[in-house]
Amino acid sequence: MRSIQFREALREAMSEEMRRDPNIFLMGEEVAEYNGAYKVSQGMLDEFGPKRIIDTPISELGFGGIGVGAAMNGLRPIIEFMTFNFSLVAIDQVINSAAKMYQMSGGQFNIPMVFRGPTASAGQLGAQHSQAFENWYANTPGLKVVVPSNPYDAKGLLKSAIRDNDPVIFMESEQMYGDKGEVPEEEYLLDIGKAHIVQEGSDVTIVSFGKIMKVALAAAQELAKDGISCEIIDLRTVRPIDYATLIESVKKTNRMVIVEEAWPLASISSELTYMVQKLGFDYLDAPIRRITTRDTPLGYAPTLVEEFLPNPARVIEAVKSVTYR
Amino acid sequence: MAKQKFNKETYLRWFEQMMLMRRFEEKCAQLYGQQKIKGFCHLYIGQEAVVAGMMSAITPDDKVITAYRDHGHALGCGISTNEIMAELFGKVTGCSKGNGGSMHLFSKEHNFYGGHGIVGGQIPLGAGIAFAEQYLGTKNISVCFMGDGAVRQGSLNETFNMAMLWKLPVVFIVENNGYAMGTSVQRTTNLQDLYKLGLAYDMPSAQVNGMSCEAVHEAIESAADRARKGEGPTFLEIRTYRYRGHSMSDPAKYRSKEEVEEYKHKDPIEQVRKEILSKKWATEKDLDAIEDEIMNRVNESVEFSENSPYPAAQDLYAHVYHQEDYPFIIE
Repeated sequence: MRSIQFREALREAMSEEMRRDPNIFLMGEEVAEYNGAYKVSQGMLDEFGPKRIIDTPISELGFGGIGVGAAMNGLRPIIEFMTFNFSLVAIDQVINSAAKMYQMSGGQFNIPMVFRGPTASAGQLGAQHSQAFENWYANTPGLKVVVPSNPYDAKGLLKSAIRDNDPVIFMESEQMYGDKGEVPEEEYLLDIGKAHIVQEGSDVTIVSFGKIMKVALAAAQELAKDGISCEIIDLRTVRPIDYATLIESVKKTNRMVIVEEAWPLASISSELTYMVQKLGFDYLDAPIRRITTRDTPLGYAPTLVEEFLPNPARVIEAVKSVTYR
Repeated sequence: MAKQKFNKETYLRWFEQMMLMRRFEEKCAQLYGQQKIKGFCHLYIGQEAVVAGMMSAITPDDKVITAYRDHGHALGCGISTNEIMAELFGKVTGCSKGNGGSMHLFSKEHNFYGGHGIVGGQIPLGAGIAFAEQYLGTKNISVCFMGDGAVRQGSLNETFNMAMLWKLPVVFIVENNGYAMGTSVQRTTNLQDLYKLGLAYDMPSAQVNGMSCEAVHEAIESAADRARKGEGPTFLEIRTYRYRGHSMSDPAKYRSKEEVEEYKHKDPIEQVRKEILSKKWATEKDLDAIEDEIMNRVNESVEFSENSPYPAAQDLYAHVYHQEDYPFIIE
């Protein structure tokens, strides 16, 4: 099978869907003439023209809301945030408009749109460019939140997100755009709301999503050398969450470690821990552990970045503690 | 003002529409006192000429969006008194099926894109609605209302910039009633002629007498015409006045009785009534009959609402997602 970059997978997903449906457009900062701040939309202006690939001024609140208004009136916008850190100035339109419109109108105005862009840290970018708001958006009824971890998932999930009739928050990573992975030539879609068992195992379930899946996978490789068999689950979607797959896994492994790039308080891992203890209490042989970022803003220096982020060593320690090794 | 431009039918329609808004809102005030209507409730009394003048100037395919003082706009767009009143009662027969209440009236059928609750939040939405019309190649426009408080939001400035850049077919209207809740325009800005905000973006902008249906109609008609021709947005500052407080819980102690009385002398319904009578387009008796018919409709809407059921408890989940089998978390 051919191998393509994460950014190419996203571009293919958007381009294929735009060829199918003339009412889809892409709007955001630098998406057109600059070919995308991270080259996700490279070449799309040439193919689809300025009517459908639209550069905006630096006005996230304004163009976020223009997207919601367009979605109310028959279009299917893809709104790109250069990073979700910048979505904070548009969050009123995401939470108060996009997520509420269908409900407030008693089912008259659904919002078929995608807000997409990179999330979380990407090196030494300092505190304001390094935040993960997956749990913020996942907290809000009316939204769906998708966080792919590889090119294959990115393409299949983005196509589904674009076809979805509800607003979808689609969160990528600057550090994944260059990642290569196998993506078939033929069309496929992946269901939103279904987790993916990346690797079967018997001793512990490791749950993660997005870029930080790499940390989980690296830890599992090391642990295998010690004879610890890890079942690895990629959530793919953090709203809704596929609890059933997690519970089935815990029934088999009796142990769970969650790895997440987010601050610990009220994170996705907090929610998973609650649900798994509630639905899988009798199957657990050890407390659930989680690895999150540190409970601080990210600092610039390399030592501070390293201390802040989850890493394989911390995951290995957690797995060993729940397997009593 | 060229009053001869408007014929008998237009004046009678204005009279009927404004009287409907006035009597409907008076009934709402009464029902709010009786706790039949709950939540926040912002009345439109005094501002009726703005919606009446707008409705005669646009087409039924044009889209209308506003903030939370939305009963007048919903009535103007043609949503039935039954559906609006039932919504205020929180009944399932309401125009938003009991999900919205006073601040969130909606009707796709009547091209009313809602009542929105965050000050200024509807401004980019109104531009987005216009964006879709332009994208789809229609000749329809979007009319986006806001209050004088909303012009202080960043959303206005971001939206004005893009609406002008892309020549979106939208008419932005600030209904300047002088007060953002309890704070007068004078106390929030150095620039008290609000229409001048549009000039910063080279947007055609004007001040309009909001107590005159004729003036409102003419301003919106020419703005709509420009929008339909692809010439882009217009910003109209329509100077109006609300006779009541900001919401039902506001006794409006921040302004004088004299000020309120001064505006009541310019009451738009009285002006239209005088014009109709002086032109002998109708007699006092004819107008009284219209008023009686309106009171009947309003009273019927109360009865309809009283007799309608509330949504079932399970309906809480009915319209959160378009997806029918969304797996909600149940504790």
